[in-house]
Amino acid sequence: MGKWSRRRGAPSLDDVGLDFVAGNGLINRRTLLGGGIAIAGAVGAGATATGAGAGAEPLVAAPWSREFGQITPALQSPSPFEKNVVRALSNPSGEFRNSHARTPHQLINGTVTPNSLHFSINHCGIPNIDPAQHKLVIHGKVRQPLEFTLETLSRYPLVTRMAFVECAGNSAGMFAKEPLQSTAGLLHGLVSNSEWTGVPLSVLLDEAGIDPTAKWLVAEGADAQMLDRSVPVKKAYDDALVAIYQNGEHLMPGNGYPMRLLLPGYQGNMNVKFLRRIKVVDQPAYSYFETKNYSQILPGGKTWRFHFVMEVKSFITHPSFGLNLGEPGLYAISGVAYSGTGRISKVMVSADGGKSWGEAALQGPIHEKAFTRFVMPWRWDGQPAVLQSRAYDDGGNVQPLRADFVAMRGEAANPVTTPLAFPNQHYNSLTSWAVDGKGEIKHVYA
Amino acid sequence: MSTRKLFAVLAIAVVFGSATAFAQSAGLGKPIAESDIKQWDIAILPDGSNLPPGSGTPAQGAKIFAEKCSACHGEAAKGGVAPYYPSLVGGQPLTNGIDTVKTIANYYAYATTIFDYTRRAMPYNMPRSLSDDEVYALTAYILSLNKLIGDNDVMDAKTLPQVKMPNRDNFIMPYPDRL
Repeated sequence: MGKWSRRRGAPSLDDVGLDFVAGNGLINRRTLLGGGIAIAGAVGAGATATGAGAGAEPLVAAPWSREFGQITPALQSPSPFEKNVVRALSNPSGEFRNSHARTPHQLINGTVTPNSLHFSINHCGIPNIDPAQHKLVIHGKVRQPLEFTLETLSRYPLVTRMAFVECAGNSAGMFAKEPLQSTAGLLHGLVSNSEWTGVPLSVLLDEAGIDPTAKWLVAEGADAQMLDRSVPVKKAYDDALVAIYQNGEHLMPGNGYPMRLLLPGYQGNMNVKFLRRIKVVDQPAYSYFETKNYSQILPGGKTWRFHFVMEVKSFITHPSFGLNLGEPGLYAISGVAYSGTGRISKVMVSADGGKSWGEAALQGPIHEKAFTRFVMPWRWDGQPAVLQSRAYDDGGNVQPLRADFVAMRGEAANPVTTPLAFPNQHYNSLTSWAVDGKGEIKHVYA
Repeated sequence: MSTRKLFAVLAIAVVFGSATAFAQSAGLGKPIAESDIKQWDIAILPDGSNLPPGSGTPAQGAKIFAEKCSACHGEAAKGGVAPYYPSLVGGQPLTNGIDTVKTIANYYAYATTIFDYTRRAMPYNMPRSLSDDEVYALTAYILSLNKLIGDNDVMDAKTLPQVKMPNRDNFIMPYPDRL
């Protein structure tokens, strides 16, 4: 923190009354959040107009204020002016293969991902499931195999919670030796956050009478390949849900309609969509996905399996690649932080590439294993800056610095030319956005 | 427990007529016989549990592969067919880098995974159209292409789980406490 530390002496208030807490213009997190610290003067550093009549056009009535608008529709969709706020597709021409859609984090805000923008990966297309015909069976090492429908699940006292779901391959492009020039959505769009509603899996397992010696479940979907993953019984009794609602409405088809497994904090692929079967077994199945894609090669050639947890992570969404700055002055640095091992306890932000850090404001309430948005007021003085965020969780876990992460997990040996590639998985280190003197933003490693 | 609470629990037990009532079970799940789940019960475990009867040889598999698989996976499973259908033979050493392409020969821990996934998901355009004998034969063919079994070895419920996969002992479990 160096000279920016307030503990060392007088608060570093500048000539317009801003309370700087770290290098390159980071401002006390309480500033401008309402009801907090009053600011002595204007925050603009550029040649902004002050006083009467300087440059503004006289106001006139807009055309939409002079005509009758559209009749209210049954199902509303975003304004046509928002037509660019869409997911980035990996298979836009519909080739006969898998298809991914990434959440455009740089174009949205808050913590809840709109259902239409939740990320989705489908290895064999999205099945068109009739909820009246769909069945979920629980069997194997149980006293009595049971069959459930959407209707019967809906009769249980449902549980609602916030949770992020993150593909283990999210941010895989960050394993590239050279930073990819891509948006936050392309780099990190395989994570989204929703309010999920469903039945605790433990309730259903208890109803079937699970054998207390059973250690594993095989969860399987009703898609064309019947995607299956092995799940520890321990996780099922910790916080697993069979989710049937997403942000208040039934699940989106691409997110598992009509029911999915929700394993808060665990690899997205384990949150089996279109859930049709849970078999209680005594050993993991080594299914295709846990055998291959969702198991990692380490430097030196050893391999990791059953990693499961998506670890503490954050990235700045605003400003970020593609959102260049205009004139110097006040901006808010904002992004999302989350951890599969607990609640976010702190997010530190740097504007000078990690030389000094200031603590960002966290938007409450802070939920376990869910997005927390952080905000940091920042006065950009028109000079180069490198923006970073670093998240901490209440389990004592810290988002690793890039050098430490690369030392442990390595970098891709071959060139990575697209953020759609998956050279490795489970990247949770920092993202750095470099702002140049013109306000243009590049992705850098710092 | 108060008398009133005890009475309530006993009343529930009477209604549900089973011990589940003591675990406050909702009783909404509809009982189904394990035999009625048979068609859905396709997950194979690495020790061979749940492998079906039947068998196949590499030679039988080669014929089926040419007919039903090579359009995507290429001749003799060498891959290279656009877009993105993988080769099923060979593989580079994992020491080449953390982005080494993971293959059956350099990565898979158990041969049962090949049977399970082929039966579950292949052919891509017609999943679960193969007979169990065909899946055994294709599994044998792929294993023989990778020199993991002999050219005349028969794969069945007994032999398949015994195939030793080269990368099996190379795995680290980073968080055993989560299991």
